[in-house]
Amino acid sequence: MSPRCSARRAPWISFSLDVADGELVCLLGPSGSGKSTLLRMVGGFEQPSSGLITIDGQEITHLLPEKRPTGMVFQSHALWTHMNVFKNLAFGLKLRRLPADEIKRRVEGVLELVGLGGYGTRSVTQLSGGQQQRVALARSLVLEPKILLLDEPFASLDQHLRERLREEVRDIQQRLKITTLFVTHGQDEALSMADRVVVMRDGKIEQADRPDVVYREPRTPFVAGFIGTMNLLEGSVSNGVFNRAGFSFPLPVADGPAILAIRPEALDLTAVTENGRAKVHRVTDYGTHGLVDLELPDATRLKASVAHPDLFTTGQSVALTPRAVAAYRDHALIHRS
Amino acid sequence: MTATLARPKWDWTGIVFAVVLTLVIVFPLIVVGTRAFTNVWRYPSVIPQEFGLKFWNQTLARADVWSSITTSLTLAATVTFLSALICLPAAYAFARLDFPGRNLLFFSFLAGHAFPKFGLPVAIAGIFLQLNLIGTFWGVVLIQLVGTLLFMIWIPVAAFRAVDRRMEEAARDVGASPFRVFWSITLPRAGPTIAAAILLSFVGTFYETEGARLIGAPQVRTLPVLMISFINNQPVIQYGAVLSVLLWVPSFIALLSARRVVNSGSFARGFGG
Repeated sequence: MSPRCSARRAPWISFSLDVADGELVCLLGPSGSGKSTLLRMVGGFEQPSSGLITIDGQEITHLLPEKRPTGMVFQSHALWTHMNVFKNLAFGLKLRRLPADEIKRRVEGVLELVGLGGYGTRSVTQLSGGQQQRVALARSLVLEPKILLLDEPFASLDQHLRERLREEVRDIQQRLKITTLFVTHGQDEALSMADRVVVMRDGKIEQADRPDVVYREPRTPFVAGFIGTMNLLEGSVSNGVFNRAGFSFPLPVADGPAILAIRPEALDLTAVTENGRAKVHRVTDYGTHGLVDLELPDATRLKASVAHPDLFTTGQSVALTPRAVAAYRDHALIHRS
Repeated sequence: MTATLARPKWDWTGIVFAVVLTLVIVFPLIVVGTRAFTNVWRYPSVIPQEFGLKFWNQTLARADVWSSITTSLTLAATVTFLSALICLPAAYAFARLDFPGRNLLFFSFLAGHAFPKFGLPVAIAGIFLQLNLIGTFWGVVLIQLVGTLLFMIWIPVAAFRAVDRRMEEAARDVGASPFRVFWSITLPRAGPTIAAAILLSFVGTFYETEGARLIGAPQVRTLPVLMISFINNQPVIQYGAVLSVLLWVPSFIALLSARRVVNSGSFARGFGG
């Protein structure tokens, strides 16, 4: 089985993506980046103006949602509140005219899988938010779809529950080896769950890579700024040196404008008595580490992660030593060190 | 540490409201109800001199009473059925489909109720006269249909709009055809509110007198129209009282069946509450 899906929608969504069998791909992007629209296209709820969507080599671009081998889990769970849990799960199976005992067996199996064994007779309105979302997941899984589509399924849950469900869904997905497209605007979710993260912006792919690669080697300044915390400094390069407001750093690229990206954890600070290039604005102690907010002479803010926050105080001058940087020009990576 | 809950104090405003409402609404009903079951009740006695079913027997022995009951029931049922047939698909269209002039059409149903109502039946009566619909069953059906449009469009529109689209999409997703989605998801979700609208329209039609009198009289006589003529023309006021008690029956049944709907809150939702 090799599901392929690619969609193209003029004027603003332009997209081509191949998803491997059993892979969990996260579509990550700010709101309005087209990630949900894309998912809804795969589910059949939106029509691409051109292009193809294929699953297992079978073209589904113009199939109605009810004819597609996809299963969608909505953000608002969208459970049918006039039916109990069992009926919610059995509805799709009944449409497929399965015998009653087969329906019962499959529904109970899936409820067991999502940790809700014995909940069949409950009314869905009696369940907690997390349980409702599990029922919604089960409702899709019971039909054994070729592709599972998750549209920000945990967005309405609290942080603690979100983290737990995230792990559960990932476990289930890996156990069933079900190909999954997951839409989220939370980078934690994307980085912790996905085999591959697709960072989207304005309907286009900025980068599609393994989570660790997206974090360590962002290919565009947008990805650099969107994933994790990143210091982005716009400046110019002349004679192999990047300059911005008194801050300079050797950068072996051609002269011209450049954006320098430095992770807070890759920015070393040294306390100096005078002639420091930056001043400490605020120190936050998180216990495990500290975060120092810095201000360059032109009021540009930078963040640096430090092991011993008590070494720094507000107003103090510090010297900056980036250990690793990436440089971008015209939305492309031009240098990495 | 001990804590005691303060005893809830009497809510005097609530009690005053309850008493006033009881006097205004229930008292006249009691008087009418009592009068229907008395044989003799002469001024200035507060309590009837003689209770009995004399006037019930007399009233129910009249052929015109029975024919008017039949007329009223068939009329209300026919009007409600036709109204549902016309309005429910229209309401779904207003709620879910997009077409030119949608808002204008939608508000035009309100406009029918925004102007002095008696003018409308009079104007329609002029047209019906030419079409030979005056004094016919179907003429009354048509005029009463107009009165139900507002309820039967506006309430179901709100009901359909209140159905979460994601629920419908989820049903499509698991393999249901659009018709099946409507039948298994949309209708059950909107059902209680639509039932309330149907009930309102049935009861409203049953009690409607203006149109029924203007278009139907004297050939088509509904129960309320007959009651009015009794009260106006007959020296025996008890006939009117008996008919009025008879007329409570549909309201009572409607209230009983509406209780579930009203309690579940879907009725209020229908009005956008």
